[in-house]
Amino acid sequence: MDEKIRSILSEHGRFPIDVATIGDDEDLFAAGMTSHASVNVMLALEEEFDTEFPESMLNKSTFESVTAIRTALAGLTGS
Amino acid sequence: MSSGTSIRVGTDLVMVGQVADSIACFGDRYLRRVYTEHEIDSCGGASAGLAARFAAKEAALKVLRPTGYRPQWRSLEVRRHDGGWCSMSLSGYAAELASQAGLGELAVSLTHEEGIAGAVVVALCQDDPCREHNAGDLVSESAGAL
Repeated sequence: MDEKIRSILSEHGRFPIDVATIGDDEDLFAAGMTSHASVNVMLALEEEFDTEFPESMLNKSTFESVTAIRTALAGLTGS
Repeated sequence: MSSGTSIRVGTDLVMVGQVADSIACFGDRYLRRVYTEHEIDSCGGASAGLAARFAAKEAALKVLRPTGYRPQWRSLEVRRHDGGWCSMSLSGYAAELASQAGLGELAVSLTHEEGIAGAVVVALCQDDPCREHNAGDLVSESAGAL
């Protein structure tokens, strides 16, 4: 799952640095992901994992790190 | 201006090309998660107009100053009036934040030029609590936006 998450972050996160250098618990917004880019990341994650983030999860905290994204997806997909 | 009144200002820039890319990549899913029907219609779905509206939403968030949970994008709506000028219309948690912070009307100005769109949002705080406001006390709704 982490590999797919990082691939999506690399493609849609518009980071000024290599996503591979960002730690699992590092703040993605502090690393350069804008709010607009995070919308794209969310939509790409939904496509990749065939799920939809409910409005209750559409917070910055849900997408603030690789670990947070993994936890959110695990809760949604049951994996 | 009385001593009990203050002003909040928010501003933001968005690259028009990034909005165009989002539309090309995600289409209607992107549009419907971020913009209201009015916002899409009032700018004819043009990337520059939508980018300016996204900038306005971000600028409004800077005025509302949420911590933790954040309002939905669509609850921060740019309303275009017949004369061409725009205003911000808040609903849900965004309206709650504004009310609890003692904010009056949110005024907005949009612009776009050479691939960049921008917006400025200004609000008048009617009461002194605006300066002392602790947004952490306002988290009372599970809904939020990215």
